[in-house]
Amino acid sequence: MSLHQHTLTELKALLDGGDISSRELTDYFLARIERFDGELNSFVTVTAEQARSEADTADALRSKGEIGLLNGLPIAHKDIFCTRGVRTSCGSRMLDNFISPYDATVVEKMRSAGAVMLGKTNMDEFAMGSSNETSFYGPVKNPWDLSRVPGGSSGGSAAAVAARLAPAATGTDTGGSIRQPAALTGITGLKPTYGTVSRWGMIAFASSLDQAGPMAQSAADCALLLQSMVGHDDKDSTSLNRPTDNYLADLDKPLAGLTVGLPEEFFPASLDGRIAELTRETARELERQGARVVSVSLPSVKLSVPAYYVIAPAEASSNLSRFDGVRYGYRCQDPVDLMDLYKRSRSEGFGDEVQRRILVGTYALSHGYYDAYYLRAQKVRRLISDDFARAFEKADVILGPTSPEVAFPLGAKKDDPVTMYMADVFTIAVNLAGLPALSMPAGMIDGLPAGVQLVGNYFREDQILNVANRYQQATDWHRQAPAFGGAQ
Amino acid sequence: MSAWETVIGLEIHVQLATRSKIFSAASTAFGAEPNSQASLVDLALPGTLPVLNREAVNMAVKFGLAVGAGINRRSVFERKNYFYPDLPKGYQTTQLAEPIVGAGSMEVVLDDGSRKTVRIHHAHLEEDAGKSLHEDFHGMTGIDLNRAGTPLIEVVTEPDMRSAEEAVAFARALHSLVSAIGICDGDMSQGSLRFDVNVSVRRKGEEKLGTRTETKNLNSFRFMEMAIRKEVERQIDILEDGGSITQETRLFNGDTGVSRAMRSKEDANDYRYFPCPDLLPVMLSEEQIIELESSLPELPAQRLVRFVEQFGLSDYDARTLSSDLATSDYFEAVVQLSGDAKLAANWIMGELAAKLNAEERTMSTCPVSADHLAGLIDRLKDNTISSKIAKQVFEACWNGEGSPDQIIEARGLKQVSDSGALRKMVDQIIADNAAQTEAYRAADEAKRKKMFGFFVGQAMKASQGKANPQQINELLRKALEG
Repeated sequence: MSLHQHTLTELKALLDGGDISSRELTDYFLARIERFDGELNSFVTVTAEQARSEADTADALRSKGEIGLLNGLPIAHKDIFCTRGVRTSCGSRMLDNFISPYDATVVEKMRSAGAVMLGKTNMDEFAMGSSNETSFYGPVKNPWDLSRVPGGSSGGSAAAVAARLAPAATGTDTGGSIRQPAALTGITGLKPTYGTVSRWGMIAFASSLDQAGPMAQSAADCALLLQSMVGHDDKDSTSLNRPTDNYLADLDKPLAGLTVGLPEEFFPASLDGRIAELTRETARELERQGARVVSVSLPSVKLSVPAYYVIAPAEASSNLSRFDGVRYGYRCQDPVDLMDLYKRSRSEGFGDEVQRRILVGTYALSHGYYDAYYLRAQKVRRLISDDFARAFEKADVILGPTSPEVAFPLGAKKDDPVTMYMADVFTIAVNLAGLPALSMPAGMIDGLPAGVQLVGNYFREDQILNVANRYQQATDWHRQAPAFGGAQ
Repeated sequence: MSAWETVIGLEIHVQLATRSKIFSAASTAFGAEPNSQASLVDLALPGTLPVLNREAVNMAVKFGLAVGAGINRRSVFERKNYFYPDLPKGYQTTQLAEPIVGAGSMEVVLDDGSRKTVRIHHAHLEEDAGKSLHEDFHGMTGIDLNRAGTPLIEVVTEPDMRSAEEAVAFARALHSLVSAIGICDGDMSQGSLRFDVNVSVRRKGEEKLGTRTETKNLNSFRFMEMAIRKEVERQIDILEDGGSITQETRLFNGDTGVSRAMRSKEDANDYRYFPCPDLLPVMLSEEQIIELESSLPELPAQRLVRFVEQFGLSDYDARTLSSDLATSDYFEAVVQLSGDAKLAANWIMGELAAKLNAEERTMSTCPVSADHLAGLIDRLKDNTISSKIAKQVFEACWNGEGSPDQIIEARGLKQVSDSGALRKMVDQIIADNAAQTEAYRAADEAKRKKMFGFFVGQAMKASQGKANPQQINELLRKALEG
């Protein structure tokens, strides 16, 4: 078995057993990136030199017995996280020249746990997109089929992990941006409860929805990564101040006594029968392991796409106002006056999708429209949370498809944003409610991976990780890898 | 009498005296190198987030308690979105629908001693913007973000004031209140208080309010008074010529005394307010409020009443002496040491205030200690020095020459009350001025009164001002008439 075929957890065992050094592991993955990423385009920036030096530091610490949770493990960060001294572009021309003077809390925490940063991964511009086609750095390709999208917005992280160019990566999820690309590339990704992972240094898209999380080959890998990412942060007022959970302790716990809820609304008549079937098959596997499957109802979930596409653009329109060409980032050539500076810097610095969402959000917050759009969307949000609360009275976890489709061809929806938005139907409600959810591969359709989603109650990341890990112990969908780059 | 009535409402930005900014740990100190006190948050770097400074919240609550306002147990920060180069995030974090301080009121003593109640609509917390610098950048604009994120409360009054005098009296009272409760340094020259005045006029007896204009950013009481007077005149002129007032924002130049329209209501921004998702609602418990209430010092209005009752001061004197904490503490110290409130008040509002004014100092940097001023008053009262000499002694105290007793001793300023020495001096004066003496004795009562001053002057000259004036008067009268 080649090194890249190992999960993060297995690589950790190899490091801990002294079978390999961090430097060797790091060089190995840097070489894979060098060799294969030209075609995949999953990285915006590769920090080879820094990675080698971090690996050497990790090896030196290990020899002194100072071994962090992620000691010496190479990972990639989505280019939405600020990294000191390294370009942090957020997939945008606006920040193509932006070298962050500080580290995001996630980056800092993972580094202090011993992680080695291989580089920064490609993404939809400002995390706005579900196909990774809105990046200023060009689309990321899906390693299962280079003519298809990897999903988005954390498409670079997903593709890099799927192609085994990195053992793991960070992502962010505002409306499905970790789970949907995880599903479309056959990996496991987790969006934690809102407020569990600090947002400090994570460039904001929609502040009330954004949450960072891990992307890797398995649920056990995600648990390992998540453990090093969480914790209260004084620098983020929405960061929750509660004791840190242990995500690793109960990973192997048997599923006897567990109740799994299948929401009828996640199986509409229009859903691809093959996706519905593999989701039900997943439920049957959990049943075989002792879980009870019940039907639950989330009637307001059908309102989640319109509510989301008011709230997220509204917050984004304000969050992205700071990119004005005045202090940092892109500035147009020779502005004639202040208005010209603003207009051209923003028109030239932002891509179409970002501008579309800024316009939608600006409109939704405008005088006379606020009540009809923003306020009503907030009420829908409350209804959705209430739906989930009722469902969690009947079930411990909720299971459904992650995406209504498998990876689609590049360019297929580029000019049809509404169809693109509608595909977010299963992931968005979770963000609106602030709940934790995980996507894991659960089958193949026409040679492409398909994912299912496990939604947990607040702070029950441990439970969905446990369910996913038990599932992965009994199945091998998560061990399937694309032929690209010899990942298999 | 004018046929018009003026209606004024104020919005006052009060810079809170916190050490660090409202949403970052950067210092709020004034006058540092441009952009040296702008943190990652103040620069609005990507990925940065605000964390609320609890001290700013406490100060806002103290203000609310001091004006008898309702304190909202829950208040919410919102974003006011607009583009401006010195507004780094592209929005100002402020409060709108749910401010921290609700309705309250302040009673103001006017110059004529009458009292006026001004209602406060609400007060909310917000952050200040940076500064745009238009000089020295060769046609470009410089941006200094040191002030960006300085905590403010914006106090909004009801349109309860009816003249520039009332508005200024309110502004002064507010200034002394926020200084007294320690939430603002009160330094107007550094923009610690800035006033926006909303002015309208209506025919006397009319109930409906006229169309108002808002003149923004007045940073001195004098400019505020000028701006209101000018605006009232302008509006009345327009209305009397049959015109109508445009609702607009105006800027007033205090140096030229000219105001101009900045923007009209039509091209006002749509600020697209919405609750800031980066900040939680501010929640206050009963205990926190009670604790803050108990930490409030005596308020200027309470002190004013006490000064009138305890020391028998006039309303005017009491208002002047109670307006700021340093002055009233100083006054009380001098009274305590000298036991004479009247003389203490006279000296502080007279000689001392004039010196402070002339040297542009405030009471906190006054070189004459309360101890020294009380010592001076003691020497006046026991006739060691005359009030004329007292001014010399005061001057010397101001210049740091020591205590009044040391100065009187060192300069030999003790009043001469030795009747033998004085009689000798008077005899000499009579002898030296034989012609004047002759004339005096020949004159009638009315003329004598006028001429008497000459002899007093001679005596003071001869004694270098140290002669006890009462004794000199008596001895001279006897010598001239005897």
